[in-house]
Amino acid sequence: MTLNRSNLCWLALAVITAGYLLFWAFLLGATATYSTPDSWLKVLMSPEIRHATWLSLVTCTLAAGFAVLLAVPVGYLMSRLEFRGKSWLDAALDIPIILPPLVVGLCLLIFFQTWGGKLIENGFDVDLSPIEVPESWRPDPPLIRDEENEFTHEYKKPSQMGDHWKHLLHVPGFPFTYQISGVILAQFVVAAAFAIRTMRGTFQHLSARPEDVALTLGCTRFQALWHVALPAARRGMVAAFCIAWARSLGEFGPILVFAGATRMKTEVLPTTVWLELSVGNLEAAVAVSLFMVALAVLVLVAVRATGEKV
Amino acid sequence: MIQLDHITWKTGDRVILADVTIAIPANTYAVLMGSTGCGKTTLLEILCGLRSPTSGRVLLDNVDVTDLEPRERGIGYVPQDLALFPGLRVREQIGFAPKLRGVPPEELNQRVNRLAEQFGIAPLLDRLPDMLSGGEKQRVALARALAAQPKLLLLDEPLSALDESMRAEAVTLLQRVQSEHSLTVLHVTHSSSEAAALGHLHLRMAGGRLEVETKA
Repeated sequence: MTLNRSNLCWLALAVITAGYLLFWAFLLGATATYSTPDSWLKVLMSPEIRHATWLSLVTCTLAAGFAVLLAVPVGYLMSRLEFRGKSWLDAALDIPIILPPLVVGLCLLIFFQTWGGKLIENGFDVDLSPIEVPESWRPDPPLIRDEENEFTHEYKKPSQMGDHWKHLLHVPGFPFTYQISGVILAQFVVAAAFAIRTMRGTFQHLSARPEDVALTLGCTRFQALWHVALPAARRGMVAAFCIAWARSLGEFGPILVFAGATRMKTEVLPTTVWLELSVGNLEAAVAVSLFMVALAVLVLVAVRATGEKV
Repeated sequence: MIQLDHITWKTGDRVILADVTIAIPANTYAVLMGSTGCGKTTLLEILCGLRSPTSGRVLLDNVDVTDLEPRERGIGYVPQDLALFPGLRVREQIGFAPKLRGVPPEELNQRVNRLAEQFGIAPLLDRLPDMLSGGEKQRVALARALAAQPKLLLLDEPLSALDESMRAEAVTLLQRVQSEHSLTVLHVTHSSSEAAALGHLHLRMAGGRLEVETKA
């Protein structure tokens, strides 16, 4: 191959790319040499780390799944419909991306201290009364002893019993603060913004013309989305899931503030790194960090390989 | 019969269609010509219901359909890029509309096979759009539109991507389809030879206005 100007250009670009990858290889290499494989294995097999690993995998997958479920309708709306104030809404959807992670956690924590948040966490009572109940349906008054020490039903006037039955239906709450559900919510809040951005880009790159044709062939707008746009956007959905999953795996700030860092309860892998660092156990922190890198690469390669086939 | 009654369409201050009034009789093959960007596609989209006119009415067989959704108009539409559904096989593309309308599987298969035979695409039924040539895609798009059994067919430069030899073949096919299915066709084209070969009625759009051309 002769070294002409075009080749020189490619060579320069390749050097820049290789330089960047080399920088990362040095970073990871230096981290890896800090400890030995034996000590990695010992750390990773500890019950706390195994729990954190399991919790990370489950919460990341759920958060990414919920993020894609939200990102598809929002991304479709933002890519297909023109309306007044769209640029403002667009900016609002990106807020979780630009907010410092700790602030996201703080916002969640404060929200669940408000009236609305407490309602979600504690549940609420619904007063189903007044419901008219016929006299014959009412139970007998409680048995009491009369003056001759015989059991008798206590006499009460209907007005004393009340003309209505009071029924309180309790709608149970769903606790988030310092719970596993809080971990998922904290991951979802940030991951959803990235998933929305990916899905919006995917739909923008897909021509709307097939959906228009589907409308003339008998589809409603929802059917056109379901039968035409979604199958065409399946690779974008896989990409959105990958990004949301990776983002969730690395999430730390909001989880720490909102869900806490309780061992064997709300501890996920990034929290483990922080906990180990805070007690000066650098070897364990290194082992978990490298494990996270391996886990992320493994899952993303697997999901992307699946995405290539769909 | 298609009737456009004082149709106007504006975007901002720009008038794309200015008081367009025309009647195209049933079973007529009408060709519409005009320079790029003069509003031909906009007119087709208003007819389909994909775009609402700023003012005016669209009547199909004397019924005002201006406020009806595209699916309620009984119009087949083949856009310029053909817009085949990505990821669906030819069989599914053609069977899309009948399946949506709840046609039983046996009848659906018969309808798909009959159209595939008619358009010479029977050997392609299990292919995806990416594995079809330009001419094959055009036939699939036509078969897909006709599977919905429309009364009116709108074609937006459907032959623009074909080479000369395939174009002549496609012209014959369109003539045959129009007469066999007793369709009213509105065909947008830039090609004078295509218009001459196909059109019973020649329309020209210029400056947002639509005029009927008389054959020399």
